[in-house]
Order: sequence, then structure tokens, then C-alpha cells
Amino acid sequence: MKQLSPSRKKLVNNAVTYGIVIAAYLIIQVLNAGGMVSPSIQGQLVPICAYITMAISLNLVVGFSGELSLGHAGFMSVGAFSGVVVSLSLQEAIPSGPVRLAVAMVVGAVLAGLAGFIVGVPVLRLQGDYLAIVTLAFGEIIKNIINILYVGIDETGLRFSITNEAALGLAAGGRAILKGPMGVTTNVKLSSFTAGFILVLIALTVVLNLVNSRAGRAVMALRDNRIAAESVGIQVTKYKLMAFVTSAVLAGAAGALYAMNYSSLAAKKFDFNTSILVLVFVVLGGLGNIRGSIVAAAFLTVLPEFLRKLNLDQYRMLVYAIVLILVMLATNNETSRIFFASLRSKFLGLFKRKGGAR
Amino acid sequence: MAKQFEKPKMVPVPSHSIVPERDLGKLPVLECQHLGIDFGGLTAVNEFNITVGPSEIAGLIGPNGAGKTTVFNLLTKVYQPTRGTILLNGKDTHGMSTAQVNQAGIARTFQNIRLFNNLSVEDNVKIGLHNQIRYPMWDGILRLPKYWKQEKLAHESALELLSIFGMQDLAGHQAGSLPYGAQRRLEIVRALATNPSLLLLDEPAAGMNPSETAELMENIVKIRDTFHIAIMLIEHDMSLVMGICEGICVLNFGQIIAKGTAEEIQANPKVIEAYLGSQKKGGAKK
Repeated sequence: MKQLSPSRKKLVNNAVTYGIVIAAYLIIQVLNAGGMVSPSIQGQLVPICAYITMAISLNLVVGFSGELSLGHAGFMSVGAFSGVVVSLSLQEAIPSGPVRLAVAMVVGAVLAGLAGFIVGVPVLRLQGDYLAIVTLAFGEIIKNIINILYVGIDETGLRFSITNEAALGLAAGGRAILKGPMGVTTNVKLSSFTAGFILVLIALTVVLNLVNSRAGRAVMALRDNRIAAESVGIQVTKYKLMAFVTSAVLAGAAGALYAMNYSSLAAKKFDFNTSILVLVFVVLGGLGNIRGSIVAAAFLTVLPEFLRKLNLDQYRMLVYAIVLILVMLATNNETSRIFFASLRSKFLGLFKRKGGAR
Repeated sequence: MAKQFEKPKMVPVPSHSIVPERDLGKLPVLECQHLGIDFGGLTAVNEFNITVGPSEIAGLIGPNGAGKTTVFNLLTKVYQPTRGTILLNGKDTHGMSTAQVNQAGIARTFQNIRLFNNLSVEDNVKIGLHNQIRYPMWDGILRLPKYWKQEKLAHESALELLSIFGMQDLAGHQAGSLPYGAQRRLEIVRALATNPSLLLLDEPAAGMNPSETAELMENIVKIRDTFHIAIMLIEHDMSLVMGICEGICVLNFGQIIAKGTAEEIQANPKVIEAYLGSQKKGGAKK
């Protein structure tokens, strides 16, 4: 077998990642048509897509840019609620559901990107643990702002308030969309598995193409050795910010998709736990490993549902935690890694011998 | 498919070797005036005055802790100088960042090697080409024609630069897995990729055996002759310094104690006392 050149290897690797995503989509669609997907899994399909997108986007910051961000759910939240507001206020203007979803996702992505920029400018002046703590704080700030935000619409347009619903001063016929701590209660579900699949593909394309381009190399150079990167003329803030904002944009789109899957949604859904959950996907899948992020996000989103089926009820989250610990140990243990590598080479050797005999 | 690893064209061999004359009629590449830096109460470098002419190879020597690397860090603005001015091609670099100084024309290597260890050798050089071969981020994400054109150019340039040290076959290896000597050479290639007018080499021969050092000396002269750039190097290997440096500057306790040609430096009693040591006491250092 000829040794593949590294750029070709990368190309094959990326093609496999795309292949897995497309194959998974097709298989689920076929199973779904045959009525073989349980309702609980069906309900999880859109969240899985949203979480996969979140994991891909966070991997850009944590894996490729090398900055630990603990506030990623904040950008998801911005995307989610701006998406809902856009969708509900354009209900009459754009009757078509998919188009309205697309518009909501684009607006959610842009606003999350803007939030990413505003947060990124001060945050990216820090490094390491300090940066992690400040992103955590910004995540909480975003959650709390949305928690007190009231948004309504009447014929004069959108109205905002941070005190209560009455302060919106809506004219007759107007309605409140976002009601502070109660969040959104009258959302129209627009998300579909296909929309989620398209979003995952877009996120995958953006991140993989970015990483293998001039800007992506600059980001990875800053991660590997900041001083050396500066010495070859790479501007630190520009490229760190670029990765951060790109990541926030994708998180915003994922948030909009996620929000459109529920008829009611509150700001507390996107708290610190959600940020950590997404970080777990990224770390479990492997830093800088996009395919790993996708598999981990899908696996860990389905796992609680699966455990519920096993009638483990009150021990469900305990089992979840134990599985998580075991998987982490297995993937990060030198001995088990050697074991898996030997299994793989044995398998490949078998494959090769078969091919050679022909 | 076969095109991927086509042998790149080699670096052109200069038709004539430039005679290293210190042409004072021409503008110097680097001019430091009264350069100095204090760390708290400690004066690390003081009254550092030096002029490096175009395509000159200058040496900076001195005992450990004399402030040699600090001078490099001042020139590349890793530290902002407390006093003095640095003129690069006649332009003051005051207030510039490290990245801006590099774009203005200073490239460097590091005493403790600083490569992008997780990336391939080729990618390391391509990162060096960051400001030479450009295209906007969007062209990269959307894979527009400009991306393919510029990436092809970057690939070819990277292999061409690697061929200076005959390293084009290592292009696919991970930089961190290279042997020590190859890592040092890769750092030089990466610095050259930024198209500098002044190349700073911080102990390029550290950890090399005598034959590797001899080869490095040839390559440094070849780089100067091919790219017509000035080179300033810090080195403890006296055979290298005395062999290729046209001008040598000796630093001790942050002060210049001597400047001149190799012969002048070797005969200077101050330098012998501070750094070289007398022949009776066991010859020159290292």
C-alpha cells in the first residue's frame, strides 16, 4: 500500500467525515420511513443536530485555537432567542416555514457573531485559565440579560423592555414574544431533521475548509507557539477573534435551530451546564478532531434516552456519568490506546492479506 | 495525482558571489542608536550601537547572560526598548508590534526552538509565507478559485524554500518529530519564508556536530548570496563566527566591549579577558 501524502490523507479523512454524516442522515431517513425510529429518538433528532453543530463550532475555539471557552451556550442562547423573535415577527410576512427558519437561523447567527465579537475583544486579551473564567462570566451575563428581557410586537414594530410585560406598552393586537424568565411560550415549531442535517453540513464545511486555509493555519500557529507565530508576522488578536466569532456564528445558527424545535423555551436552558455539556462532547471526541466531536455529540445526546428505555430511571444520570468516565479513561489511557492501535493494525493486516491473495 | 510530489525547481544558484564589502555609500539595513532596556532596576542592555550593511553577516558574541538574546528580543519588539532607536532600512520601528516588525523585514529563529510542533513541515513554511501569499478568509471557506491558485503557489514556494536545506522530502512529516538539526534548519526556512531583509539567527549551530556546523556555515553564506539579505547571528561556536562573520560585536554585561573583524576581535585583550580566554588557559570557549 502506497503511503499517502499528508494533504491527500487529510482529504480522505475529511471525505470520510462527510460520508459518515451523510450516511447517518440517509439511514435515519430510511428507518424513519419504515417507522423503525422510536418517538423518543425522533424527538432527539433536531437537538442532536444542534449539539453536533455546537460541538463542531466549539472545537474550532478549543481544539484549533487552543482557548478554553466555558460560555459557548451564551452564543447559542443569543441565536435561539433572536431566531424565535425573528420567526414570530415575520409570521405574516413570510408564510413559508422553511424560508422563515432559514431567515431566523441567519439572523440568529449574525447576532450571535456580533455578541461573539463584543465578548471576544476583551476576553481574547487574556490567556489560559483567566480566559476560561471570563468566558464563563460572559456566558452567565448573556443568560441573565435574556432572563430579564421582554420583547413584544405590534403594528409599530418590535418593542423591548427590561422590567415587565406591561412596560412594553403594546398596542391593541400586539403580542409579547419573549417574556423574561418565562421565555418564549408561543413558539411555532419549524425545525426539521433535514434542516439540522443541512446546518451540520454547513458547519462541517466552514470549519474544515477554514482549518485547511491560510487563516486556519494562522490560528493553529498561534495555538502551537504564540511567540513564533508573532515572529512570522501573524497578528494575534485578529486571528484569535476570527476563530472566536466564526464559532459564535455557528453556535447562533445551532441555537436558532434548537429553539425552533420547541413550543416553549426559557433562558435558563442555556446555562453553564449546557456549555460544559458541549465542552464534554469536544473533549471526549478529541481536541481538534471534528469527526470525534460529531460522534461524541450524537452518542451522548442519545445515551440518556437509551438509558431511560433500560428502566434505570433514577440511576439514569449516574450510569451516564459512569459511562462518561469509562469512555474518557479508555480513550486517554496509553495502554488501551496501544490495544486499539494493535487491533486496528491486525484488522488492516487481515484486509491487506485478503487483497494481496486476490 | 502524480503532480503532488513533483520535484520542485531548486533554488537558483547565484551567478556571482557578492563581495562582502561594508558599503557605506548604501543605506544600512539595520542601525541601532543608543539602544537600551531596563528590567525594573536592572539594566540588561545599554548604549547598544550597531550598523549592519546590506548583505553583511554580523556576529554577536559574549558570555552567557551578556544580553545577546535580549538584543534580538529588542530588535523584534518582544520587548519594547526603554531607550534608543532602531532604524530598519532607514525606517524607525518605534511602537511597532512583533508582527509588524516582521512585516517590515526582520525575521528570526529562537535559541530554544519554537516550531509549530503539531503541524507538518510544509505547513510550518506556509505559515511563514502568511504575509507573502495572501487571500481573504472567505476565499478559503468557500474554496473560490483564488484559494486554489494561492494554495498551489504556497505549496510550490514552500517546497522551493525547503530545498535550500534539501528538506523537500520531509515536507509531510510532523515538525515536532524531526531530529534536532532538521528542526533548527526548518526554523531558518520558516524565517526566510517571511521575505526578510534582515535575518536574526539565535545560536543556529547549538547542538550540532562539527560536520553539521560546517554545512550550516556554507548554507548561511548561500542564503546571504541567494536572497541578498543581511544576517546577524548569536553563536558560541567560534569556528562558525570567525569563519563567516564579516563584522563581530562583543557584548558583556549588556555593554558592547568590542567591535570589528574576526582578527581584531581575537586580538582584543578585553574580549580575551571577558569571553574568549587566553590560549594558555585552554583555548577559546567550546
